[in-house]
Amino acid sequence: MAQSHRYAYGGQIDRTQELKFTFDGKQFTGYQGDTLASALLANGVRLIGRSFKYHRRRGIFGIGIEEPSSLVTLRKGSRTEPNLRATEVELFDGLEANSQNRWPTLRFDIGALANLASPMLPAGFYYKTFMWPSSRWMFYEHWIRKAAGLGHSPTENDADNYSRRFDFCDVLVVGGGPAGLCAALAAGQAGAKVMLVDETARFGGQLAYDNSLLNGTPAMDWVNQAVEQLDAMANVQVLARTTAAGYYDQNLIVAVERISDHLPVPADFQDRQRLRLIRAAQVVLACGAIERPIAFGGNDKPGVMLASAVRGYATQFAVQAGKRAVVFTNNDSAYSTVSALRNIGVEVVAVVDCRSESAGETALSHLGNARLMQGYAVTGTSGKGKIRSIEVSRLLDEETILGSERINCDVLCVSGGWNPTIHLFSQAQGMLRFDDHIGSFVAAEQKQNLRLAGSINGDFELSDCLEQGHRAGIEAAREAGFSGSVDAELPVAEQAKTSPTKCIWNVPIPAKKHAKQFVDIQNDVTVNDLELAVREGYISVEHLKRYTTLGMGTDQGRSSNVIGLANLARVRGEDIPAVGHTTFRPPFTPMCLGTIAADEHGEHMTPLRRTPLHDWHVENNGIMQNSGVWQRAACYPRTGEQIADAIVRETRHVRSKVGLVDVSTLGKIELQGRDVAEFLERVYINRWKSLQIGRCRYGLMLREDGIVFDDGTTTRVAENEYYMTTTTGNAGPVMEHLEFYSQTVWPDLHVHLTSVSDQWSGMALAGPLSRDVLAAVVRHTGVDNESLPYMGYVEGEIEGVPVRIFRVSFSGELGFEIHTPSEFAVAVWEDLLAAGQRWEIAPYGLEALTVLRIEKGHVVAAELDGTTTAADLGFGRMMKKDSDFVGMRLAQRSGLTATGRLCLVGIVATEDRPIPKGAQIVERSDDAPPASTIGHVTSSCFSPHLNKEIALALIRDGDQLLGKKVYAASPLTGRNVAVEIAHHIFFDPTGERTRV
Amino acid sequence: MLLIRCPWCGERAEVEFKYLGDATVTRPASDDSDEAWYDFVYTRDNPRGEHVEWWHHTAGCRRWIRVRRNTWTHEVLGSEPANAKQGD
Repeated sequence: MAQSHRYAYGGQIDRTQELKFTFDGKQFTGYQGDTLASALLANGVRLIGRSFKYHRRRGIFGIGIEEPSSLVTLRKGSRTEPNLRATEVELFDGLEANSQNRWPTLRFDIGALANLASPMLPAGFYYKTFMWPSSRWMFYEHWIRKAAGLGHSPTENDADNYSRRFDFCDVLVVGGGPAGLCAALAAGQAGAKVMLVDETARFGGQLAYDNSLLNGTPAMDWVNQAVEQLDAMANVQVLARTTAAGYYDQNLIVAVERISDHLPVPADFQDRQRLRLIRAAQVVLACGAIERPIAFGGNDKPGVMLASAVRGYATQFAVQAGKRAVVFTNNDSAYSTVSALRNIGVEVVAVVDCRSESAGETALSHLGNARLMQGYAVTGTSGKGKIRSIEVSRLLDEETILGSERINCDVLCVSGGWNPTIHLFSQAQGMLRFDDHIGSFVAAEQKQNLRLAGSINGDFELSDCLEQGHRAGIEAAREAGFSGSVDAELPVAEQAKTSPTKCIWNVPIPAKKHAKQFVDIQNDVTVNDLELAVREGYISVEHLKRYTTLGMGTDQGRSSNVIGLANLARVRGEDIPAVGHTTFRPPFTPMCLGTIAADEHGEHMTPLRRTPLHDWHVENNGIMQNSGVWQRAACYPRTGEQIADAIVRETRHVRSKVGLVDVSTLGKIELQGRDVAEFLERVYINRWKSLQIGRCRYGLMLREDGIVFDDGTTTRVAENEYYMTTTTGNAGPVMEHLEFYSQTVWPDLHVHLTSVSDQWSGMALAGPLSRDVLAAVVRHTGVDNESLPYMGYVEGEIEGVPVRIFRVSFSGELGFEIHTPSEFAVAVWEDLLAAGQRWEIAPYGLEALTVLRIEKGHVVAAELDGTTTAADLGFGRMMKKDSDFVGMRLAQRSGLTATGRLCLVGIVATEDRPIPKGAQIVERSDDAPPASTIGHVTSSCFSPHLNKEIALALIRDGDQLLGKKVYAASPLTGRNVAVEIAHHIFFDPTGERTRV
Repeated sequence: MLLIRCPWCGERAEVEFKYLGDATVTRPASDDSDEAWYDFVYTRDNPRGEHVEWWHHTAGCRRWIRVRRNTWTHEVLGSEPANAKQGD
């Protein structure tokens, strides 16, 4: 198919490689090297999208990241990506793009009725109209969101992979235009490790759009040479398609590298995008400048474009943005668009220059036979799908126009001057100042190790850009400690003879005409909207932005911000510096959430931890479940057995025979040194100095505010060596807590702490027959009651493997915890099971363990919930009264010792229904919600031993209420169970079974 | 992300550390007043500017260090071991 708007010659495209693509299902062709925007323009496609609020027709406006209008959805299914700027999408064969924010079709869009109703949709319309009644907002919002908006997010999981890496360099150069290339060359030659990033696929910046000459030859020849030279330097890394999106503290720059976006799908094992966190000693910002438009009536129609964009499409892609052009400008830069268009056979009928003074000599040299209308301005456009003609009037001053002339054209190239791209500088906490000459913000005061080079300084002269880049490169390298000789010769640019820019923001609307002057084309914010907002009192720039949505959206006001501020200043009767500007925040351009998440999603979101016995559990039908960061076996159902039955069987088995459970997840800490006993006295609430070698003790730790932090057992394994266990979830926090106190509060105590959680594995052998099993396998120690009494400790060997044996019990039965170096865990586990066959030993899982501990009233994280005191949990009498320990003072404050606190009790269901987890305890069952509660359930289970549903609960003054009949109410599940308050130890309250 | 100089390991990224808070408060004696204890546990200044803070090199040498940091500019001005002598 012929490309109606592609000139037969020229451009940086490969005409031998024709690419097929579709837009809204219609097939088109373009060439290798095109963007989606250039290919659509080449095919004469002018209507690309519908605007955000009024659903007005919009076409391509810019050529790069500044593009506000032509947002498309690319690809489909799991690779769908909405809100991409057509100007940035590189064309590939088979590309599928679709327009957005239209229904049912782009040409016939029901939402466009909003445009007819637009007099009724002023700034803040939604806030004003849909405020009452507030309960209806959810209903309104659904329809507002449907009518206004951008593309739709994909509904399938992303099919692609993303990654993240850290980079370190001496000099990071952001921007591969003339200034950036010179900076990278100079810094590289000086010997610094340099990274050069540019967001586009090619280098050269504006040089790719202009027909500038360097050393008398086309500037792009020099650009290509410079890139080749950089590529050949081992200390320089050149990254195209890489956007520096965020500038953070101490020169950390976050960049997105688009590895595969220009391909139909990523290559095998290749990421789509990569997030680079670049820590640079020095940064050179050579980010360039972005052209801004001028607001005039009907300035949003397809065919109204930035002059630099039209020039770029002509030069880089040989694409005719129209067949008959007019240039409208307030500065010299737009004049070169005339010659660029002439080169590809487009007639430029007029240059409308709103300055009364003549343009500079260089600018005028581009004019040819185009008509020059000095002191004129464009006041309106006509045409529906695209412009057909424009209205031009004499501009006497900013408020007054005179006469009117109609000029036929189908593309209007607008230039309102240039805004330096100071976003990253501002993110780096740099301060800005308003420069009257260019009518925009420039850098004033910087906070980090950075320098600016090129047109980001508001200096648009090519020779200055080259010179500044070169100097910045040398200086940045020197600051980073590299001062090798730099022999790069700067190319010679022609010195332009220019006239100054006239800062004009809006052109008045002719009398008796109605037309919208758009300030922000993406968000449909007009000059009228801004005036109205100010009249309504939104005079602060931050308020104005949020009320009108000026400068929001995917382009973040790249082309609209300064015009918006100028209008705010005008209406307020102040100058622009007095109005200020909104804050520039990362990211510079939109980023994929997938890129930020990189590989940290799904199972990789947090590390999943497995015990050394994991494979054994899986191979032996263990039902694995996540418990915090750990995978643990819930139970081991036998063939044909239901999970609930397996739990009951395992529980009964421990109480009647013997079971073995994996407790390797416990935190384990070695404490060594002559002051460990004193240290333990200060971190636990109970006494430790009396603990003999070969004995264990239960300990409870508080936080400094008097609330329980953690519990566990600590064993004195030798004179100055102790072995502490912590709860599974607090293994890390307890270690940090102990390190803090030993290093900062009591550094005089000789204590050395080592986390050995991973080095030691643990298994609990429990049940009336457990001693028989242990005695059958263990060597070099007795395990009888005399050699190993309750809360005793011995060391021995199982099949040649060293083991630490602790006679502690979580289940309430005679029990032993056997710890062994992790590499032997499976061997010891299997040895115990083999030896235990005679006694019908069976493994049990986390579920049975939980039932056993609830029956015994042992507390876990559910009860140590960050609000309970030692006394609340029944440990009040353990607490020392006569010496200092962490939490001692605040545990005594009245609020923690008064009556009326929630304290630990048991509850037993008086009917045959499970007690809902998390249920509230209420005194009456017939109270309508919200009923007042006296406590809540923390852990619940079916107790095979009592043959009843039981639970642990925290109930206000519960220890005074034993025997009281209350209700466990769970409004969420609609369950309400009659229960009776009981002591929290349901089973063997005196602990006889553990001491046999 | 801050760069923090660990006195033992050199400059490391913030992700290796855990923040605790004000390092200028000292734990009162066990028989000190209720007010002193209340202040120690709960009362903290929120200064704009220089602040001395506890950071734990959790993913590194596991040492607690004192870091002097500007809360306004995020500059890290210095760091020292927990047991360094403190001036008045």
